[in-house]
Amino acid sequence: MKKLIFIMVILFAGALIAQPSADEIIKKVDANTVTDSQIAISKMIIKGRRGSRTVEAKTWQRGSNDSFTEYLAPAREKGTKMLKLGDQLWTYSPSTDRTILISGHMLRQSVMGSDLSYEDMMEDPLLQNMYNSKIIGEEKILDRPVWAIELTSKKDDISYDRRKVWVDKDRYIILKEELYAKSGKLLKTIDIHEIKKFDGRWVATSLTYKDVLKDGDGTQMQLDEIKLNQRIPDYILSKASLRR
Amino acid sequence: MLIIKLAIKNLLGAGLRTWLNVIALSFSYVAIIFMQGLYAGMNNQMEASTIKVQYGGGQYWHELYDPYDPLSLDDSHAKIPNEISGLIKNNDAASILINQGSIYPNGRMQNILIKGIDPNQKILAIPTHFLNNQNGFIPALIGGRMAKSSGLKKGDFVTIRWRDAKGTFDADEVKVVEVINTEVSEIDNGQIWIPLDKMREMTVMPGEATLIVLKQNSQFTKNLSGWEFKNLDFLLADLRSLATTKSAGASIFYFVLLFLAMLAIFDTQILSIFRRRKEMGTLMALGMTRSTLIKLFTLEGSMHAVLAAFAAMLYGGPLVWYLAKVGYGLPASTDSFGFALGDRIYPEFTALLIIGTILLVLTVTSIVSYLPTRRITKLKPTDALRGKFI
Repeated sequence: MKKLIFIMVILFAGALIAQPSADEIIKKVDANTVTDSQIAISKMIIKGRRGSRTVEAKTWQRGSNDSFTEYLAPAREKGTKMLKLGDQLWTYSPSTDRTILISGHMLRQSVMGSDLSYEDMMEDPLLQNMYNSKIIGEEKILDRPVWAIELTSKKDDISYDRRKVWVDKDRYIILKEELYAKSGKLLKTIDIHEIKKFDGRWVATSLTYKDVLKDGDGTQMQLDEIKLNQRIPDYILSKASLRR
Repeated sequence: MLIIKLAIKNLLGAGLRTWLNVIALSFSYVAIIFMQGLYAGMNNQMEASTIKVQYGGGQYWHELYDPYDPLSLDDSHAKIPNEISGLIKNNDAASILINQGSIYPNGRMQNILIKGIDPNQKILAIPTHFLNNQNGFIPALIGGRMAKSSGLKKGDFVTIRWRDAKGTFDADEVKVVEVINTEVSEIDNGQIWIPLDKMREMTVMPGEATLIVLKQNSQFTKNLSGWEFKNLDFLLADLRSLATTKSAGASIFYFVLLFLAMLAIFDTQILSIFRRRKEMGTLMALGMTRSTLIKLFTLEGSMHAVLAAFAAMLYGGPLVWYLAKVGYGLPASTDSFGFALGDRIYPEFTALLIIGTILLVLTVTSIVSYLPTRRITKLKPTDALRGKFI
């Protein structure tokens, strides 16, 4: 009997050691997500009522706060640029030759008609800074075992009061995410379709971002090319580069 | 007195020529009075309805509030000062809290302004009492234009999303309890009205407001820290400059009319002087001085304006009276221009406008009538009697 209890204690302790806490998982997710810098070429497939259109962009990103995006296609959007420095966001439109600071109600507007709003781009990507986490279950997504983790905001000034994320147990990458309003209403979902490893990090290469309150199939994002930890010259992440 | 009698006799003696000029000039009278009356009516109507449903007797704005700057709106709210709280309790003021948000009618996202107002307020002529209907849902009032642009109707539920004071997203369903028909698009386009208490709870802004509307004719203009008083002159400035611009634009139209009428009178005067050389010579031979002759001819010309005023009164009087009574119907598309006018304008024809127009036309006609007569100063009676031109 004593032997049995001993074995059970060992097994239980082993299980405890094997399963990281929710906070540890989220820290690892953050560590996988945030890179020193990256240069990526991606596509945004916006599905609307009258069909879909594809917007192609190249993005230079440094840390989690600064990024510069130049739209490459379609012809109508070509040359449009977007600069995010900390909590400020500017866009430049070549047709008007104007640089606009996106602020206030403009942040609520959709980016290129997608389900993504400018304010979604202003989110702090480090979940550990914003949320308390709790494992609420274990499931399988894309045939991979995942932890379902509930994130509740640590502070008052967080955009989404609550989130649910499904984290790949081996790769520490989020495979599904739900964003909730304070009232508990589901606002947005993110579904990852494909992930790939680049320089030792798992990166989502295909995902669907959906504003649940809107009709439609959401916006599909596709990563075509990514280079991690690249040196990004200061001039790229400056307002002057918008008109360049 | 003699020259007045003579002038009338000559004028009436000219027959059709006189009456053609008189009719042309009377058009100018009617056009000027009608257009000015229309713009005066439009301006007064817009001001009255805007005061009634939007501005009240003036407003206190939060120091950061600027209705034309959506960037500062998120920070434009604060606790209501104690001095104003008393006014609100006594129904002498009403507070409004404004926040930005989005609604999702039929699965489309539409950016809107959410306005919280006390359902029991009596300051603005908005039927906010409908917002007392709070049976387990958030009641919302929308205007006709908003209903049209969003496709919402009375009884519909719609999801509304907003950020609270700290920036956290929240969303809920609101029920459209009434669609209000208002002339003032500023309280209608792209906005919904909900109960103030609910709005404060939703946005975590207890006891706060963005602006406070005072009762009409309120004398309260105290300086309050963090708030700026905006009187009606300030609030109506845009509306008034719009009316001035419109009125100035219209003046081109009646300037052209007046110009044509003056051209006709000028021609008539030239012709009279040319054709009545012998008459002028005879009058001078009988002892009439050149200046009296000038007066006579100027008077004859000016009397066109007097006769035209009577003619205008004959057909224009009933017309403007009728329009002032039943109003001037506006085309349906005018509503989308954002004028607070409803579907009819009621022109306002004041005595000042009518007398002013008569004096203006009379003065211009007198000047135009005088100009050709200056040639009479060079007239020799002997030449005139022989029919020689001046």
